Amino acid sequence: MAPAPSPTSSVITLTINGEKHTLPVDHRTTLLDALRDHLDLTGTKKGCDQGQCGACTVLLDGRRAVSCLQLAVAAEGREVTTIEGVADGDRLHPVQQAFLDLDGYQCGYCTPGQICSALAVLEEHAEGWPSAVTTDVRPEAGPAPLTPEEIRERMSGNLCRCGAYVSIVQAVARAAEARTDRNEEVVA
Amino acid sequence: MTTTTGIPAATGALGTARTRVEGRDKVTGAARYAGDIPLPELAHGWLVLSTVARGRVRSVESDAVLAMPGVLAVLHHQNAPRINLDYVGMVGRPDPVIGVFQQDRVPFRGWPVALVVAERPEQAREAAEQLVVHYDQEPHDVTFYAGHPGAYTPEDSPFGRAEETKGDVEAELAASAFVVDAEYTTPEEHHNPMEPHAATAHWDDGRLEVLDSNQGSTWVATELAQIFSLDPGSVRVRSEHVGGGFGSKGVRPTQVAAAMAATVLQRPVRVVMTRRQMFSAIGYRSPTAQRVRLGADASGKLRALDHRSECLTSTVHEFIERSASVGRVLYDAPAHHTSDRVVRLDVPTPTFMRGPGEAPGSFALECALDELAEKSGIDPIELRVRNEPDRGPISGLPFSSRNLVACMEEGSRRFGWADRDPRPGLRREGRWLLGTGMAAASFHSGVGPSTAAVTAEANGTFTVRINAADIGTGARTAIALVAADALGVDPERVRVVMADSDLGPAMFAGGSMGTRSWAWAVSMAVGELRERLALGGDIPPEGITARSDTSEAIGALAQKERHSFGAQFAEVAVDVTSGEVRVRRMLGIFAAGRIVNPLTARNQLVGGMIWGISMALHEEAIRDRASGGHVGPDLAGYHFAANADVPLVEADWVDDPDPDDPVGIKGVGEVGIVGAAAAIANAVWHATGVRHRHLPIRPDRVLSAGTNVPEHRPGA
Amino acid sequence: MREFGYQRVGDVAEAVAVLGDDPEARFLGGGTNLVDLMKTGVERPARLVDVRELPLGQVESTADGGLRIGATVTNSDLAAHPEVRRRYPALTQAVLAGASGQLRNMATVGGNLLQRTRCGYFTDVTVACNKRLPGSGCPAIEGEHHNHAILGASEHCVATHPSDMAVALTAFDAVVCYETADGPGELPLADFYLPVGDTPHLETALPSGALITGVTLPPAPVAARSRYRKVRERASYAFAIGSIAGALDVRAGVVHDVRLAFGAVASRPWRAREAERSLTGGPVSADAFAAAADAELAAAKVLPHNGYKVPLMRNLVVAVLTELAEEAAR
Repeated sequence: MAPAPSPTSSVITLTINGEKHTLPVDHRTTLLDALRDHLDLTGTKKGCDQGQCGACTVLLDGRRAVSCLQLAVAAEGREVTTIEGVADGDRLHPVQQAFLDLDGYQCGYCTPGQICSALAVLEEHAEGWPSAVTTDVRPEAGPAPLTPEEIRERMSGNLCRCGAYVSIVQAVARAAEARTDRNEEVVA
Repeated sequence: MTTTTGIPAATGALGTARTRVEGRDKVTGAARYAGDIPLPELAHGWLVLSTVARGRVRSVESDAVLAMPGVLAVLHHQNAPRINLDYVGMVGRPDPVIGVFQQDRVPFRGWPVALVVAERPEQAREAAEQLVVHYDQEPHDVTFYAGHPGAYTPEDSPFGRAEETKGDVEAELAASAFVVDAEYTTPEEHHNPMEPHAATAHWDDGRLEVLDSNQGSTWVATELAQIFSLDPGSVRVRSEHVGGGFGSKGVRPTQVAAAMAATVLQRPVRVVMTRRQMFSAIGYRSPTAQRVRLGADASGKLRALDHRSECLTSTVHEFIERSASVGRVLYDAPAHHTSDRVVRLDVPTPTFMRGPGEAPGSFALECALDELAEKSGIDPIELRVRNEPDRGPISGLPFSSRNLVACMEEGSRRFGWADRDPRPGLRREGRWLLGTGMAAASFHSGVGPSTAAVTAEANGTFTVRINAADIGTGARTAIALVAADALGVDPERVRVVMADSDLGPAMFAGGSMGTRSWAWAVSMAVGELRERLALGGDIPPEGITARSDTSEAIGALAQKERHSFGAQFAEVAVDVTSGEVRVRRMLGIFAAGRIVNPLTARNQLVGGMIWGISMALHEEAIRDRASGGHVGPDLAGYHFAANADVPLVEADWVDDPDPDDPVGIKGVGEVGIVGAAAAIANAVWHATGVRHRHLPIRPDRVLSAGTNVPEHRPGA
Repeated sequence: MREFGYQRVGDVAEAVAVLGDDPEARFLGGGTNLVDLMKTGVERPARLVDVRELPLGQVESTADGGLRIGATVTNSDLAAHPEVRRRYPALTQAVLAGASGQLRNMATVGGNLLQRTRCGYFTDVTVACNKRLPGSGCPAIEGEHHNHAILGASEHCVATHPSDMAVALTAFDAVVCYETADGPGELPLADFYLPVGDTPHLETALPSGALITGVTLPPAPVAARSRYRKVRERASYAFAIGSIAGALDVRAGVVHDVRLAFGAVASRPWRAREAERSLTGGPVSADAFAAAADAELAAAKVLPHNGYKVPLMRNLVVAVLTELAEEAAR
């Protein structure tokens, strides 16, 4: 007996910004398209649709990922955080506030991806992850300080054609300082 | 609530750094771009582009595709509604690429041959990919090079004259103490705004509504009315937020195809380009082949300036990259010749791209100046100072203001130029050779007619209505500041409504003219409003509105040379064993008119300089001679600077208000890229002793060229 | 993109069984390459078997002092793992030199080994390509090839393998572990990628339907002093035009052990065995390093626009070995 043809669509449940959404998807639908076209979460942008620009960056289980190469059906069961879930109600996240205050954008199209990426950069650095510009990657060397050079490399997966990189780096640095200050307060 | 009228005191809003009005929407993802706006019954169109570079469409096998799930229509040259392309728009006659599906002729690879419309984008994409199109293919020529036998001198146009001549170049060169004769090339470059071109069209109560990503809704709406033979009032185009344009977002196949499909299907249709499609269908910067000859006397004073540039265009439309024109502003010489020639090839039509003409032209001219500085032993800044013209070298007109020397002096001081040893190849840090370079910049300051309306609302606030576009420049904020300053109120009390063709005609965001054009209209309307408010009395519930139209005032503007100027400085590190070049720092000092919002203006100038980094080191579209198309037309195959390529880039300015502009504005959108690539290339020479005259300065070129450090005289 | 079925599997045996011998089915890991290729039409699978949740996500020390890396370990986790950073720093550096933070979080070790070339003709389904459509021709040879292969290529294909990670793994003698319906198997990475010859479409020696389950790194004391250097056309987020993984163990002024592998010069990560042979037991000097590079690159065949890769790789060999030697001397 020939195997039954596989269905090419599924009803899936996605957890986005803490909320569960059940929707039917064509298996071809990427997480990016599911967010934008099915759930009206259009803050996540499509810049290249090929993983080459970072505009569609979201957090998947707390880690940054390009949603254009993530099939929606394969994201079932994972926690998705989009730009719409970054602020605390009306209160902007310090990363968002820094981008706004320091003009870390121009056209704004890459901005949601930059901000989601920046959130992850702060986490990755706090976890001690090295980067391609970290001189000594051995764990004995200890974590590299989050210098402008480190920020530039870590943020390089997010292209900005307007060329707002200088203020983006300043915004990430400011958010990192705010985070350190907060953590020190907690320790104190 | 009513407010008593009266003339408030000035607040000095102009020139004060303000964060963007729409900033919160942009950092929270709330800002809706053209492809973000939901509509009921929305169908999705997918463009099908030709896979041959020259020929005819023999047939479009649409039956098989129409049977696929969700497919609603396949539009192509045999069934598409007829449209009109016989008109003159805001930038001249239309590029035939926007006249989609009107003919079987294929003039280049990537020409739109069909639009597949389906219920879901996944269905449209697959159907478009499966659509079989048969072609009668003809031999093509896509290869651009200096001295192509097909090159010709174009007719003069409103955008410039093809050739300007004075004096005897050959005689002056022969009599010169120092002569530079060098050839430079720049490659095909693409705008690549982060937001792909997107348009959603639908009919609403007898009107064609288009939610679009463009640089000017007046521009697009008036052309769509022409194209579809509609009354101008029957077309409404809006573009609330635009994800970058850089010259590419005028009328493009997206709006026309979406409107056509919405008309045929009588339901909303969205057409979004893929990144790859953008390489064929939105224009680009032509490659250039330039020859610069400079002759100078012993003091460095130019006797001859000869700049000849060649560019390409398509076989169906003429667009000239006017690279030679920059010398008509920057330097004078008794013998002065500048010309742009063009060759028609089987390629898409190029278009305006950030710093059109000046960006590639300044690369050649400003590198040649550096070569002259080297030959004559005169400092590059001093050489330029000695050649400052007191009026337009060709026009003979006075400059509205020219503060290039002030830019160079301020830049020199801040960059530390005085300590520079001019000899190349002397500085090393580990594997890196270090060098510094500079270049001058200019970009013309223009203005276009605009209308505006400013309303004093009964609640004490003000509403500005103008069909401006914010493509990332901060236009919305700048307009609020201009209005607030003119009104003498806090900018918080000014609301700006824009990016809607129903607001009346206005200039587009392009040519560094947007903010100047809109600010003029807004300040004029505010002037009128203040006069009416000065009469006193209560403000009625509908408010008091004053309107402006700057056409007449602009027409009365005195003929002058009006330009922004700048001085670019770069420090680079070069590893000639790997070919890597890294920019270490850049400084640009500009004289660019009154700065409305220092926060956003600085960002835009720095952005232009970063474009210069990309132009110098990264950008290059590769065209395959055999297929006629691109190799790797995507953001992995076409590089522009990533964050790691960009060091601390600083921009600042000297005081330089335009005396004839009501607000003093000149424009900052483009001057930032001009000269930036030359400054970097000159720094690469200073590091290595090798002139790199072909962009981009790729690792393989640097590696192959190595170093050329002349013997330094003892004690020199 | 064609419509396709999707199935998520929970264990290795199930994965292999569900895929079966269906030539139109593909395993889906992080998807960073496969989904892209599906969008460009290069890959048109009828079914995807999602293996990302298989219990293969661990990096563990082996009894002999090596490492066993599960196939679904993400690039990020591999690079950040303390034992990788301590024992094989060049592997961490290689992974971090690739792609972007986002892509490294998604991409898996198994998928990275199987990624396809970024040759612009391969990814454009409207033009010929022997790797994509056997027998159709190789337009790169007459066309754009400035980032194509100088070693081990043929007149049928000059594409390069894009992985950074695999270059470091090759230098450290990694072994690929896989599972088929007939049971598990192993392939040294050196034998994993097939020679180009006249079959550029056949890229690996993996049996049909096999699932990569992991990679084993044998103990390699030399790797503790290792580094990866990548040259590319922008500072980050770009594929290599030339890269090198090097490791050097100097004892009593003599090269005791050395590892060299090149990236972006061949259809596979290129283990520079000629260079290693030339160096082993010999002096530590720039001349010796250059001679070793020349020995390896003697076999290079260049096209009109990729000849720069010969001096590039020669310079990289000298530079990286010199740095490692200086480090050893400190």
